[in-house]
Amino acid sequence: MTSLTLVRRIKARPSIVFDALTTPEGIACWWGPDGGPVLVAETDPQVGGRFRVRFRMLDGSEHESSGEYLEVVKPERLSMSWRWTGGVEDPGESLVEIRLRAIVEGTELTFTHSRLRDEETRRSHEQGWNGALNKLERHFLQANEAAGQT
Amino acid sequence: MVNYHERLGRTFSALVDPTRRAILARLEREESASVSALAQPFMIKLPAVMKHLDVLDDAGLITRTKVGRTVTVQLRPEPIREAMDWLRRYERFWSMSLDRLAAYAEGKEAEVRKKRR
Repeated sequence: MTSLTLVRRIKARPSIVFDALTTPEGIACWWGPDGGPVLVAETDPQVGGRFRVRFRMLDGSEHESSGEYLEVVKPERLSMSWRWTGGVEDPGESLVEIRLRAIVEGTELTFTHSRLRDEETRRSHEQGWNGALNKLERHFLQANEAAGQT
Repeated sequence: MVNYHERLGRTFSALVDPTRRAILARLEREESASVSALAQPFMIKLPAVMKHLDVLDDAGLITRTKVGRTVTVQLRPEPIREAMDWLRRYERFWSMSLDRLAAYAEGKEAEVRKKRR
């Protein structure tokens, strides 16, 4: 995987979504892969400004990422460089781009994380792990479903 | 207790070898298999297969049960799931984050509308 794109339709106007993306108060409410708390959220949403976010996961591990705002066009576009910092893992610098488009219901958010130079992921492709992993994961999901039925 | 990164390392090391992947793929298709049945398709001797099974066992990818003189091998997929989660960690990270972002922004929107009424 060298890039990742996600799209969300949000029932809120673009300016509100933009603020949620760029203010420390906003970021503190959503950033992170699980329900763990955001410990630090610093932003300076202007070209050349920086952000830094530190969060704790429910398993107790803490992670931090930071980067530089490369493009700030409120309330339409936001892009920033992105890097894991202050931890063991550092796959290098990547790029986050967010586009907000006004739609009838509110906002369509298109999120892209690219230039993911992820050594392990690249190797996993080369060595064919992914196919095997996918198959095995399907098995695991089926096993889970079967367990749920009993 | 073996820590998370150590476990991941063991899983990936176990998966590097094509013979071991073939064993896992077969166990994924069939519920379980005996050691001799697993060894059959490979051009290697039984002790070599046993070594591969030791590696898979150490990584927690299989379980072995002995009934009489027959050892039966079964797949244990939990470490695979952990490895998948790791490979897809960006996807998981952002997917969960954006879901919460949407909920947060929608709450803000509702507040703004309430005030204007």
